[in-house]
Amino acid sequence: METIYALATARGKAGVAVIRLSGPRAAAAASALCGSLPPARRAGLRRLRNADGTTLDEALVLWFEAGASFTGEEVAELHCHGSPAIVNAVLGALSRIDGLRLAEPGEFTRRALENERLDLAQVEGLADLIEAETEAQRRQALRVLEGAIGKRAESWRADLIRAAALLEATIDFVDEDVPVDVAPEVLDLLNRVKADLEHEAAGVSVSERIRDGFEVAIVGAPNVGKSTLLNALAGREAAITSEYAGTTRDVIEVRMDLAGLPVTILDTAGLRETGDVVEEIGINRAKQRARAADLRVFLLDDMGSTVGLTPLAEDIVIQGKADLLSDGTGVSGKTGQGIGDLVAQITARLETRAERAATVTRERHRTAIIRALASIESARNEIERGSGTTELVAEELRMASRALDSLVGRVDVEHILDEIFASFCLGK
Amino acid sequence: MKHRDFDVIVIGGGHAGTEAADAAARLGANTALVTLRRDGIGVMSCNPAIGGLGKGHLVREIDAMDGLMGRAADRAGIQFRLLNRRKGPAVQGPRAQADRRIFRETIQSFLAGRPGLKIIEGEVTDLVMRGDRASGVVLADGAEIHAGAVVLTTGTFLRGVIHIGDEQRPGGRMGDKPSIRLAERIDSFGLPLGRLKTGTPPRLDGRSINWNALESQPGDDEPVLFSFLSEKPTQRQVACGITHTNAQTHEIIRENLERSAMYGGHIDGVGPRYCPSIEDKVVRFGDKESHQIFLEPEGLDDTTVYPNGISTSLPQDVQADYVRSIAGLENARIVQPGYAIEYDYVDPRSVSSSLELNRVPGLFLAGQINGTTGYEEAGAQGLIAGLNASLSAQGRDPVHFSRTQSYIGVMIDDLVTRGVAEPYRMFTSRAEFRLSLRADNADQRLTPVAEKLGCLGKLRQRVFGEKMDALHNARARLDGMSLTPKQVSTVGIKINADGQRRSGFDLLAFPDVGFSDLLRLDPELALVPRQIRDQMERDALYANYIQRQQLDVAAMKRDEAHVIPSDFDYEGLEGLSNELKFKLAQVQPGTLGQAGRVDGMTPAALALILAQLRRLERRSA
Ligand SMILES: Cc1cc2nc3c(=O)[nH]c(=O)nc-3n(C[C@H](O)[C@H](O)[C@H](O)COP(=O)(O)OP(=O)(O)OC[C@H]3O[C@@H](n4cnc5c(N)ncnc54)[C@H](O)[C@@H]3O)c2cc1C
Repeated sequence: METIYALATARGKAGVAVIRLSGPRAAAAASALCGSLPPARRAGLRRLRNADGTTLDEALVLWFEAGASFTGEEVAELHCHGSPAIVNAVLGALSRIDGLRLAEPGEFTRRALENERLDLAQVEGLADLIEAETEAQRRQALRVLEGAIGKRAESWRADLIRAAALLEATIDFVDEDVPVDVAPEVLDLLNRVKADLEHEAAGVSVSERIRDGFEVAIVGAPNVGKSTLLNALAGREAAITSEYAGTTRDVIEVRMDLAGLPVTILDTAGLRETGDVVEEIGINRAKQRARAADLRVFLLDDMGSTVGLTPLAEDIVIQGKADLLSDGTGVSGKTGQGIGDLVAQITARLETRAERAATVTRERHRTAIIRALASIESARNEIERGSGTTELVAEELRMASRALDSLVGRVDVEHILDEIFASFCLGK
Repeated sequence: MKHRDFDVIVIGGGHAGTEAADAAARLGANTALVTLRRDGIGVMSCNPAIGGLGKGHLVREIDAMDGLMGRAADRAGIQFRLLNRRKGPAVQGPRAQADRRIFRETIQSFLAGRPGLKIIEGEVTDLVMRGDRASGVVLADGAEIHAGAVVLTTGTFLRGVIHIGDEQRPGGRMGDKPSIRLAERIDSFGLPLGRLKTGTPPRLDGRSINWNALESQPGDDEPVLFSFLSEKPTQRQVACGITHTNAQTHEIIRENLERSAMYGGHIDGVGPRYCPSIEDKVVRFGDKESHQIFLEPEGLDDTTVYPNGISTSLPQDVQADYVRSIAGLENARIVQPGYAIEYDYVDPRSVSSSLELNRVPGLFLAGQINGTTGYEEAGAQGLIAGLNASLSAQGRDPVHFSRTQSYIGVMIDDLVTRGVAEPYRMFTSRAEFRLSLRADNADQRLTPVAEKLGCLGKLRQRVFGEKMDALHNARARLDGMSLTPKQVSTVGIKINADGQRRSGFDLLAFPDVGFSDLLRLDPELALVPRQIRDQMERDALYANYIQRQQLDVAAMKRDEAHVIPSDFDYEGLEGLSNELKFKLAQVQPGTLGQAGRVDGMTPAALALILAQLRRLERRSA
């Protein structure tokens, strides 16, 4: 029986985040992170550390013996600080412990059921819960399928099926007219999937944005109306606004919900040449933050200046203080003119970006991708060794597809056979 | 209650029927085999070859259970080839050309020598029913024979129609008549039926073939046989010829396409994609300039040749034309035209994993009637149906074969859980645990099962016992070795100086270490016989992979340990979609594991079923 772990509380910032482990190695794994365990069923404050000794978090640790827990198995709980970064780090540390894996949705409940820890009334109540989880999975799969990511997942799936079909054809149809050396094509396919997956694994940071918020910087010369615009967006007095240039020092942040996306709007100090040393520091810091943001909104003054920053392709460039213009273009925080338009533009751009990241929104996706990458790597090595044991390459591919089940959907033998029969003329 | 004439009656003397009858009798049932013609028993209706990839594995498994097919094929084999010799042992499949007559006669002699088995020549026209239960058969002359269980293995008899071009005639196989009344009885059960088709090539007179002009394909120098009891071929070995279709052949076929039964629109059945007719090949793979044909002799003293690769439903005159356009066949005489046959099959989701019909207790189905194709697939099902019919008639529990344990288990699970969309044939890729389900260890996997059931002959029991002892001793010797990298490298095996001690078995797992390399480390290993050495090497080659699969195997076994009673009420289970309720009620999965493989199954639905199982258990406790 494997030991499973997962975040037991909701994702996102919170006071406390509970990570639960269940299975024969639950206590051993917890103590690998926290050193000595408190006595069973008693909470103890412990420092959680990575294998290399660096501290992850200070947490309340408690554990239950097998037979005296929610699942009926040995269970450990780590009550960490509720920051997404900490949770990810702790889950990451657990994923590196042998014999542990991330729980499937509903798996804790399933184990509880199997160990008869729940009575019927509870089970029926829980069935709804499990349903809810799969509904979320379904929605997620659908989103993956519909969007740009869906297309990529579809292409990995097609590549994996094609590679498996080539290999299986040389195994199951040796006696027939099938290509003898499929290694080059298989390698090409694997390399392509590998590059994509590596990219995805690295792209976790983008998806973290979806969880933790995108940053949008408002950039422009002093007095072009940035703070008034921010206030208008936020619907409250978030930044101090005044008629004099240079009142906004450094950076002011306002978090808001734009069409369901978490967004932090940054109001940067008015950017201009200055002799004031303090202001100079503020301006530099503002420029840095603006560059690092996910998107910039450039408010232009009459001169059309972009104040020393170059707008990137996706940035928004717009005329400020539109109330002073007469042609109806631009945006004005004061009158509200053009605000709706601007919000629509911002959300449209962020949504495209969110889609780009959507596959790897979860730690379990990343774990899956990393497992798949390991199998693909072994498959490539096996091919390059040229030993002729095609069945081992095929086995690695099977494992890679299984690891990616949650992303690309199940790759069935029937799909592989379909591809074989469509590509080769079989039947001697 | 009517007196019972037999414990088990098997209808049909094809590959499914013969294995079924033999297995039922071996397990102690007083058995009758009823078939149309005594001399038709064990006939190979099509290709005179046994085995291949996946199929060879099935034959080995039948043999491991002490069945007939492996031994008969060895006795009749006139050419043996181990497919995939250059790949790993898990995907090597034994295959043999068989002398048709010798195969048939061997099967007939095996059956004649089986105590407790009686052969009855006759046509079964109806079943005797006692309530829902099948309890015997009615013959054409009206005689009733009563039994505890009936196994139906009548192949393509259900509404079989033979097509040669635009001519059609009813028939199960060339020369056999279809059984109308029996078909009506099957209809009365209201089972879901589907329609399939398959074809066969024209047979040629070998004396009219210009063999000298053709490439030839001999058998292996070191033949690998099927049965764990066989040592070497007993017949003279022959070569097959190879030739190819050409542009002219394709031209003739294209010109006459609308005269073929298939393209003329006379056939509705679905044919196998891996065994297309030559018309199909020409149409679907239009840019291929030629297709390979194997010319396989049907026997040593039989001049008939089976041209493998050109099955067809074109009219006879077109067959003659295109055959003669092929190199080496310019003067070939056709002794029997090719034809296509369409037939009904029973959706195998209506049988349980013991191959008993869910709706008709006491009636077991095996072979082509379940939507499969091939002798080996038929034989393997026959074996299982025969064993279970025998067990059922004796009031014993059925025997279940798991996907984790055998190709037989994979096939039956595929059939009863997922049904078929085209004639089902075994491939190694269907077995997710194929690295451990090898042809070479079929006996290690299944002979103990047969032993426990009590259907194992004395000879096999002894041979198997000896092999297992030798394997255990060799393995213990290898595991007992404990060598430092330094010791290992002194005999020339390259290895990292990582300070880790390794056993002989660990060393064998290295890609370029063979058993003979170990002899220098432990000279006594020289006493280990060749067969056992090979087996150790094969086990070691996959050891790491098999280790990794253990978790999957354990997960599958755990789910299979949750048995779902046959009267489980899906209808009343709250939270299941209507679609799933329908599918589950149709398939009637025997275990939670099988339920999980039903098309469209969700984790939530599984949890609901499991919870309900627990409730039932508690209630009965
Ligand atoms: C034309 C054709 C081409 C084929 N081509 C191939 C191929 O290329 N490759 C391949 O692998 N497989 C092929 N097959 C399939 C293979 O031959 C069958 O799958 C296999 O033989 C089925 O075995 P079975 O025991 O189910 O039925 P069969 O071997 O058909 O046996 C049925 C038996 O039932 C008996 N019977 C029928 N009705 C009654 C009755 N009412 N009463 C008593 N006895 C009855 C018959 O006499 C016969 O003995 C082909 C089959 C056919 C018909």
